[in-house]
Amino acid sequence: MRKVGWLKGFAMVLAASLVLAGCGGDKNNEAGGASATGSPSASESGAAASGDKIKVGILHSLSGTMSISEVTVKNSELMAIKEINAKGGVLGKQIEAVVEDGASDWPTFAEKARKLLSEDKVATVFGGWTSASRKAMLPVFEELNGLLWYPVQYEGMESSPNIFYTGATTNQQIVPSIDFLLEQGKKKVFLLGSDYVFPRTANKIIKAQLAANGGETVAEEYTPLGHTDYTTIIAKIKEAKPDVVYNTLNGDSNVAFFKQLKDAGITSADLMTVSVSIAEEEVKGIGAEYLTGHLVAWDYFQTTDTPENKVFVESFKKEYGEDSVTSDPMEAGYVAVYLWAAAVEKAGSFEVDKVKEAAKGIEFNAPEGKVTIDGDNQHIYKTVRIGEIKEDGQIVELWNSGGPVKPDPYLATYEWAKGLSE
Amino acid sequence: MQWMSRLPRRAWLLIGYAAAAAALFSAPLYLNDFRLNLLAKCLAFAIVALGLDLLWGYTGILSLGHGVFFGLGAYAMAMHLKLAAGGSRIPDFMGWMGLTKLPWFWEPFKSFAFAAAMGLILPSALALLLGFFTFRNRIRGVYFTILTQALVIITVTLFVGQQAYTGGTNGLTGYTKLFGYSLTSGTAKTMAYLATAAALLAAFAVCRYLVNSRFGKVLRAIRDGENRTRFLGYDPAYYQMAVFAVSAGLAGLAGMLFVLHVGIISPTMMAIVPSIELVLLVAIGGRGTLIGAVIGAILLTQAKSQLSASYPDFWLFLLGALFIVVTVFMPGGIVGLIRQARQAILRRRSENEITLDSIVPKSNGVV
Amino acid sequence: MEIWISQLFNGLSVSSILLLIALGLAVTFGLMRVINMAHGEFIMIGAYGAYMTQQIFKSTLPKSLFDAYFPVALLASFVLAFAIGYLLEVTLIRFLYGRPLDSLLATWGVGLMLQQLARTIFGAPNVAVSSPTWLDGGWALIPGVVLPYKRLFIIALVAFCLFAMYLYIYRSNAGRRMRAVMQNRDMAACLGISTRRVDAFTFAIGSGIAGIAGCALTLIGPIGPSIGTYYIVDAFMVVVLGGVGKLVGTVAGALGIGVFNTLFEWWTDASLGKVLVFLCIVAFLQWKPMGMFAVRSRSLDG
Repeated sequence: MRKVGWLKGFAMVLAASLVLAGCGGDKNNEAGGASATGSPSASESGAAASGDKIKVGILHSLSGTMSISEVTVKNSELMAIKEINAKGGVLGKQIEAVVEDGASDWPTFAEKARKLLSEDKVATVFGGWTSASRKAMLPVFEELNGLLWYPVQYEGMESSPNIFYTGATTNQQIVPSIDFLLEQGKKKVFLLGSDYVFPRTANKIIKAQLAANGGETVAEEYTPLGHTDYTTIIAKIKEAKPDVVYNTLNGDSNVAFFKQLKDAGITSADLMTVSVSIAEEEVKGIGAEYLTGHLVAWDYFQTTDTPENKVFVESFKKEYGEDSVTSDPMEAGYVAVYLWAAAVEKAGSFEVDKVKEAAKGIEFNAPEGKVTIDGDNQHIYKTVRIGEIKEDGQIVELWNSGGPVKPDPYLATYEWAKGLSE
Repeated sequence: MQWMSRLPRRAWLLIGYAAAAAALFSAPLYLNDFRLNLLAKCLAFAIVALGLDLLWGYTGILSLGHGVFFGLGAYAMAMHLKLAAGGSRIPDFMGWMGLTKLPWFWEPFKSFAFAAAMGLILPSALALLLGFFTFRNRIRGVYFTILTQALVIITVTLFVGQQAYTGGTNGLTGYTKLFGYSLTSGTAKTMAYLATAAALLAAFAVCRYLVNSRFGKVLRAIRDGENRTRFLGYDPAYYQMAVFAVSAGLAGLAGMLFVLHVGIISPTMMAIVPSIELVLLVAIGGRGTLIGAVIGAILLTQAKSQLSASYPDFWLFLLGALFIVVTVFMPGGIVGLIRQARQAILRRRSENEITLDSIVPKSNGVV
Repeated sequence: MEIWISQLFNGLSVSSILLLIALGLAVTFGLMRVINMAHGEFIMIGAYGAYMTQQIFKSTLPKSLFDAYFPVALLASFVLAFAIGYLLEVTLIRFLYGRPLDSLLATWGVGLMLQQLARTIFGAPNVAVSSPTWLDGGWALIPGVVLPYKRLFIIALVAFCLFAMYLYIYRSNAGRRMRAVMQNRDMAACLGISTRRVDAFTFAIGSGIAGIAGCALTLIGPIGPSIGTYYIVDAFMVVVLGGVGKLVGTVAGALGIGVFNTLFEWWTDASLGKVLVFLCIVAFLQWKPMGMFAVRSRSLDG
């Protein structure tokens, strides 16, 4: 029993020391060349601009189930910060990133957002991935008058005065893709999605759009998040005989679905699918041989042909490894940092209200093409692209919208969408 | 300092509790907004931990599904807050899903009293129902635990699927007012914190009363020997159902308070992983001791917030190791360790006394 | 008509996957009353074993030999999971016999650590495993019904594992020792059976089967650090429904859940189907609280 007692004591001491260490060093950060400072000063007001540094927050899930997607977005945001610092920073100050982990838990996102704003006094925050995380952070940002840059495609129906949305809203991803399918003569659509808000809302929009434009919704199926057995769904698809499957599955479900689709003998030549949650990173995890020929709808591909993109991809590969790929959300995060920096330079100040005012109409030559901030709803103009997945895992563009599309989160400009929002 | 050792243990306990209560209630004076919010969350979890401790520590039933009851209470309060924030309009997510008027079961939640009552009654009723179908069939131990996991999956799937009525995976958020007062003001936050602290103290008092009563004795009998209790004439099923319902009600209460501080509730907070972490709160603090549950809850929630900031990658390693260490080496939790330490000190002290007095007897000269 | 046949096959296929996942759990839970919440992580270990085998084949052997990686991967996954299971039993589970609830929590902790370990070693994103080409395609039973070779392979694999387990438990000396320890531990110890070694071996075998399951699942599903969580609850349901202590119970449980799940999913949708299946299980347990095929004994606690 002596031995066990000693072990217990040791375990206690270890645990206690870890807790104390955690209490002492309050933050961790990894920025391109910035060092850690951990002093929450309650007496400062406004952004913590001390001397020649300005703090910004980066709030993504670095652990947990969503970390698969969010770590790469954090990386591209950090790269943008590093690049801006190398060119002299913003308003003469070097940007220092305070990185926090949302841990795939929405209350943690709200808690860390509050910490970043009230304790670290960051000038702005780049973060979020799921709509739930954004909705958890929204009240905090509106209460403390903070500024959040949200880089992910989402279901629209929102335009908070404290959030800038650099990801695609529905009329910049889903609506044009349906138009594309209808033009191709694919009128019978099978809707397949994971059971959460984005697919359900997207499918409502698609159904209305199809009904108004001569298309037909053959079926609408949802599977729980993390579902991995698609035999019955594939049987249903075979029975319904659609022209195309519009796929809003997420995460691991995509892996299972496409593997089992190929097993059932269905290739992209037999049945086209269009996905909105599969980007270059996910293609690596599924295996390009299962996805060859299938379509995806985004605003940016790694193969997008702009000079800015060549530089972006090269720098990213140099920084994070030759095997890395770049995807739409990563590019949107990168763009968000540059847009904020531009807005600050134009406003001449870090204060949230001034930056918001100055941000209206700001243009930037992003890797995806030119983007402009829309002052009405704080989204950005983005070019819509439809691409085909190739055997090497890259996505090649088949069609684009010809130029940036004005964002319309409430679908106010579409006749057939009249009944959808309040 | 001899008078200190002469004070009865009871007095020490009372002093300890009074000091803790004083510290809790005066927290708004010296903690900033963020830390106060965090402490309030800890206190809400402490209430769940109390209920779980009643169930697990005192009755020996492990439920890995308390997230469901926590979530039901939270949703009840959230529905009321959402309606209060919206005024006469229906909540935004309902509009997007095509509903034009408020569903009938949302209507009564406009009243705070109804919402608060539902937050307590709904979880307890569900627990009673589940308990009825399991305890009366002598499903216990590990089988019961696995069934609670099935309950979690059923509930989460239903809440996620019925997006029009529950907000789906986005959950319910966007509250601004309670009783007409803005929720974002400093005084509202302080009031909410004080309400949580008061609720914790009340819950603690109720649990202590239950545990010291005859009901508590039967619970411990069930934990230590269910069949013997049955042979003595008690029907364990009813006691198990009752304590399950009480712990579910406490979890519901905690959920209601939690939502006030965090501002969002979504089905992920009812899922399997958070439910299992609730059990860890009790395990770390010390099951079978009420104060252990509170200590464990506060300590672990604080640690989670600090450590996931400092070591995001290692946090899961730590959590896993904590599970293992606590269940294998520290079944009594922190409180158990403290008790063992105190006993060891007392034993050593009394050993010393024995050495002095009894080994050398006072004799009258005969050697 | 085709629908009926293909759905029947689908039900069989889902059942076979459930059985493969639950077989290891049935062994550890049934024979040792240890709840192993890390069972899902052993499946993950098997899947990563297949991934590593594939990487080794890709980098060191000529392309023509690539297809042979799969049998090697099966073996490698079994050995890897067996070893880690043995290690786990000797260092941790040993202290937890007779404390099922504690073993539940402790193994959950182990599962968390294994998940994070996988994340650290392989990274958080999913990794891709190419299936061998000789498993591509399907058997066209009748026009319109294609039975994929991969699923047929999994059914065959499960049958083989079941047969192997049956031979081991009921026809070998080691299996007899295992049954003795399961039925009456103290008596078995008195008769000279090393219960420690039997326990360790049994747990390791159960984990090894989970490893095989993980390797087989790379054919049809994702490979990432958290795949264990997708399968663990289903595995438990199978064991609870089928009854503890008999292999035939596990088979029956897997068949029941698989077929009914496929049926309900066809009628409604996947989410509701799962909910209905779980409700049915709870209802069934009202009638037979110990599961379908429970080992009956005279003691009050079953």
